[in-house]
Amino acid sequence: MAKELITGNVAAAWGVRLANVDYVPAFPITPQTEIIETLSQWFDDGIMNGKFVTMDSEHSMVTAAGAASATGARVFTATSSQGLLYALEVLYTIAGWRVPLVMVNVSRALASPITLEPDHNDILSARDSGFLQIHTETCQEVMDSVLMAYRIAEDNKVLLPFLINMDGYYLSFTREPVEIPSREKVKEFLPPYNPTHAFFHASTPMSQGVAVLGGPTYSYFKYQMHMASQNAIEVHNTAADDFNLIFGRKYGVIEEYRMDDADYVIVMSNTFATKGKTAVDRFRDKGIKVGLLRLRLVRPFPGKEITAALKHRKGVAVIDQNISVGSGGIFYNEIASSLYNETKRPVMLSFIGGLGGKDISFIEFQKVLNDTIMASETGIVPATQLLYTESEWQQMKKLLEIAGKTRQ
Amino acid sequence: MESDTKYKRLKDLSREEFILPGTTVCGGCGGLEALRLFHKVLGKNVVFVNAAGCFTLLALFPYSPFRGSWLYTNMASAPAGAQGVRDALDILIASGRLKPEDDMKVVVLAGDGSTYDMALSSTSGAIFRDLDFYYFCYDNEAYGNTGMQMSSASPYGSMTTTSKPAHLSTAGTRSHKKDIFEIWRAHKPPYIATISPRHPVDLSEKVSRSMQYKGPKLFIAFSPCPTGWMYDPSLTVKIARLAVDTGIWALKEAINGEVKHTYIPSKFKPVEEYLMTQGRFNHLFYPVRQDKILEDIREDINSYWEQYKK
Ligand SMILES: Cc1ncc(C[n+]2csc(CCOP(=O)(O)OP(=O)(O)O)c2C)c(N)n1
Ligand code: SF4
Repeated sequence: MAKELITGNVAAAWGVRLANVDYVPAFPITPQTEIIETLSQWFDDGIMNGKFVTMDSEHSMVTAAGAASATGARVFTATSSQGLLYALEVLYTIAGWRVPLVMVNVSRALASPITLEPDHNDILSARDSGFLQIHTETCQEVMDSVLMAYRIAEDNKVLLPFLINMDGYYLSFTREPVEIPSREKVKEFLPPYNPTHAFFHASTPMSQGVAVLGGPTYSYFKYQMHMASQNAIEVHNTAADDFNLIFGRKYGVIEEYRMDDADYVIVMSNTFATKGKTAVDRFRDKGIKVGLLRLRLVRPFPGKEITAALKHRKGVAVIDQNISVGSGGIFYNEIASSLYNETKRPVMLSFIGGLGGKDISFIEFQKVLNDTIMASETGIVPATQLLYTESEWQQMKKLLEIAGKTRQ
Repeated sequence: MESDTKYKRLKDLSREEFILPGTTVCGGCGGLEALRLFHKVLGKNVVFVNAAGCFTLLALFPYSPFRGSWLYTNMASAPAGAQGVRDALDILIASGRLKPEDDMKVVVLAGDGSTYDMALSSTSGAIFRDLDFYYFCYDNEAYGNTGMQMSSASPYGSMTTTSKPAHLSTAGTRSHKKDIFEIWRAHKPPYIATISPRHPVDLSEKVSRSMQYKGPKLFIAFSPCPTGWMYDPSLTVKIARLAVDTGIWALKEAINGEVKHTYIPSKFKPVEEYLMTQGRFNHLFYPVRQDKILEDIREDINSYWEQYKK
């Protein structure tokens, strides 16, 4: 099958087109805008049927998306960064409606200070909302994950909305060869959406989003969401098998790169995992047994699978491209708690890297590995460290000087 | 035009009820009475898209007093919810997945706090996009559900729990009620009306008239609130009548932007008669009568009606 050279944004749009999405409420924000521009064109040209509508904000956009899904349409929407946070209230609201729509977030670091390049504080702010999450590394994976997301979200055992994450710039504007399947093949994988739990028909009145009084009722509905989310691991794996059968590409809830005999593992997510894999290759060339674990399905959190992949290693370094200010790396904490009850477990080191799109260079990976080897030998584990090179620091000092912010 | 009217007297109103008795709202709630009348005209096939407020508790798991459908959204974006429902219904019907007879009227149901303040962006967007929907605002002139805090619909001189008469201002609320009717009118929707539960024929006629228009149809219902306005629930009807008779609540509509008053009292009653019925205006009379503030209120009413005198 022929491959097309397209950006991550256009790959997302292709996933939406192939999924026969009915409805796309939208609002512009860099670096996501190319997705909605592409979809808008396809609706205008009659290539996609249904409706594209520009809303007045992301808060309204996600409300309209949820409401359309609650009415029975297949819905897609997309945003980035500030837009996701602006809509955060509604993410929780519609997750509780149990509407299986799909939303793409193109990661961009959050203000302040305002910037354009990626890290994952935006997407991770939605981690407790009830949305399922897949974080992607390649343009092909973006398109494939959109299709998988509808299949998983619409499964009766799940019925939760889905967020697909891709990095702004690094993936959103990077062209890669992507295999675009035919609609017929996609139909084999993804049947039409025919909801039996949430819809509006005059002949079958229904109340949705209803208030409750009292903790027991609230707890019941909230915990149901948690259980449904956990079901998504099994549903994902079945969907991944079918996907592999039909399209010949196989995705796991995590990706294990050169991990078979690895003593040391670097854990990363999204596109910077590509940098990590290149570093792993160079370490392997020197004979060091290193592998990389890429987090893919982030909600539900595949703690069991991660534990199985990590528990017998000597050392694990988690590079978080996010920071929970005042606490540290978000994934580090989640992985550490997954491993806690194992009697044999590796030392675990926490690094913060790539904030605001800052590069992670080979020397930084070297530092990560050296520290990990050292810690596994001595049992002394350093506190969370920020990856930042000497030349970056010199550059930063110059900027501070220009700004007149250096202390004499 | 006159000959087109469907509702001339009370007995023209349908006896069928679409909101069943036994709800969670306060006894004597004027907003609910207005909604009940409104619903009679729209009929059964309605989906309410609700914003946070007193009426959110109408549908309380596992009960609903409505014979139609319901979607609670949140405080700021019920009109966007209406957009999603309307668009999805249209898409499903156009693609043959929903029978046309399964279509519904989409109605935003929101209080004044949501309507005048938080949901303005969302409402403006929906009107701008010419969304085919109804907007029913029950205006109890404050944030009711949270305990009567001042909203931008709270009238000058009223007491709320965040605008109490005190050293800083003996008026209580110092600001003047936002003119949401004119804000809506600037968006050029086909239909806007103010309504009152004490004028059921006028109310029904307006809802019925609005139904011929495709696009945004907006209703602001005067909603006497015994709990927040501090009066005995039995007085709701009297207070609603006095609001109209003193000229403080103008019954009007705007069809394609053209404003017409649908009921003008031949002689306005003194506004004190209205104000004195409610605890929220008590401070204007006790312990001392605040003549300056009363004069300001009178002046507001006069200048409103003055613009419509030819
Ligand atoms: C984003 C957000 N902020 C605040 C609230 C709290 N809240 C719930 S109801 C309400 C009052 C709404 O007032 P209004 O729209 O006038 O309706 P009423 O309560 O008077 O029926 C408020 C402030 C909320 N639900 N959501
Ligand atoms: S507080 Fe007022 S508006 Fe709210 S339910 Fe009670 S009477 Fe109605």
